[in-house]
Amino acid sequence: MADPAPFINWSLLALSPPGWGSVLLSGLFNSIQIAVGGYSLGLLLGVGGAFGKLYGGPIVKDLMECYTTIVRAVPELVLILLLYYAGTDLINQLLALGGLPSVDISGLAAGIFVIGVVQGAYSTEVLRGAIKAVPAGQIEAARAFGMSPIKVMTRITLPAMLPYAIPGLSNLWLIATKDTALLAVVGFSELTLVTRQAAGTTKAYLLFFCAAGVLYLALTLVSNFFIGIIERRARRGLVEAA
Amino acid sequence: MTTPAPDETTHAMAYTPEDLPTAASLFQPHRILLMAIFAALVLSAAWFMRWDWLPQYLPKLGWGIVVTLVMLFSTAFLGFLFAVPLGLAQVTGPWPLKALAKGFCTVIRGTPLLLQLWLLYYGLGSLFPQFPAIRSSFLWPYLRESWPYGVAALTISFAAYEGEVMRGAFAGVPAGELEAARAFGMSRWTAFRRIWLPRAIHRALPTLNGETVLQLKSTPLVATITVIDVYAVISKVRQDTFLTYEPLLLLALIYMCLTGILVILFRKLENRIPTRGA
Repeated sequence: MADPAPFINWSLLALSPPGWGSVLLSGLFNSIQIAVGGYSLGLLLGVGGAFGKLYGGPIVKDLMECYTTIVRAVPELVLILLLYYAGTDLINQLLALGGLPSVDISGLAAGIFVIGVVQGAYSTEVLRGAIKAVPAGQIEAARAFGMSPIKVMTRITLPAMLPYAIPGLSNLWLIATKDTALLAVVGFSELTLVTRQAAGTTKAYLLFFCAAGVLYLALTLVSNFFIGIIERRARRGLVEAA
Repeated sequence: MTTPAPDETTHAMAYTPEDLPTAASLFQPHRILLMAIFAALVLSAAWFMRWDWLPQYLPKLGWGIVVTLVMLFSTAFLGFLFAVPLGLAQVTGPWPLKALAKGFCTVIRGTPLLLQLWLLYYGLGSLFPQFPAIRSSFLWPYLRESWPYGVAALTISFAAYEGEVMRGAFAGVPAGELEAARAFGMSRWTAFRRIWLPRAIHRALPTLNGETVLQLKSTPLVATITVIDVYAVISKVRQDTFLTYEPLLLLALIYMCLTGILVILFRKLENRIPTRGA
């Protein structure tokens, strides 16, 4: 009969070195760093992409369409591998062209880059939908007051689209936190990979994977709490749809 | 309206039928120019990169695509079967069932699929051999393989995401239609089978299609537990030939074609369903 003791050996999760708790927490910290960095980069790309798609010339529009189509049709795992190798390769080739020695791109920077590019396409779509939901009259009014296009964007379009964008953007944040797990495949020691290493070393697979699951879930639930607050704030003063 | 709408995010993450270009829109002058540049890029990639490994791996690639598609359709089908009761329980179930279904969806949607996959494969996979009862059961030959864990993880994840979609779809069917069904003397089961479920599926169909594309995008994860799908075949090519870009570019192209075919099929499906404008 199986001995249940090895599966619930809680001391394995202790924070001090014989336990793996601190390793898991540093993995979680790495994951959060990448998620925050990638999400922010994605937002920047998304704002650019959405405005390009809506107000750009025909060629800009088509190029943006290609970007979002590729990211939405190819698995994240494949994109992450491609961008991870292509991105680091490209930087080193550029450095070689400039006569500089090649550098080792840190896993963190590469991870932020690949998650950012993927998230950028998703947030392009979310923001495009939100901008289209802003009543055209508001933007026309801003133009009639003589605002420059940049001023229309910062004063009218961006604030007015926020209530429409926040549900989608908060979903994307949750997806960014979960997408960081894919970086385990390229060997970046985020939470999922360190969990697998800890589990493989101690053979306590169930315990560690469940512990990591609890950490991810906690991250999601804490995020949900703040998302709720942000959403209520962004929607203040809006008439609720009956 | 305050809860994040899953369908919008699905649309943002998955290529959907409404994104398909129309034939006429492709023949604008600047598009023809862009397509010419793109064709030149593809030709130069075909000419200057190494593709001599391709004929040797072609049969394996074909099998890999078959495995990927089998994984996709089996888990989407099974997942949908679980999603209907999950959605229904959250809308009309008694509170313990409601809480259970909601908790299941929250936990699965709140953790990465890769972690769930590894939890099942490494966790349960290392647990099972320790029970003689399982080792002697008829299931054991399957439990020693890796694909059942892949199917299980993908099914569970699809069921949780779809359960959330179906919850919204069931709740969104107008009450008047259900009352009409009851007024015609339909039993609860008949009303569910004839009115509630079909109407909910109609409403959810675009989102279901998007989720299926997302499921296709999740299938390569099973390669990490040694299921030989198309992604795993390409990984093998990369190990054997030490090439980085060629196999990965081909893989991206394969997935784009699969997504494209899937989306065209979905458009046909969506067009077959009669709708009364808006």
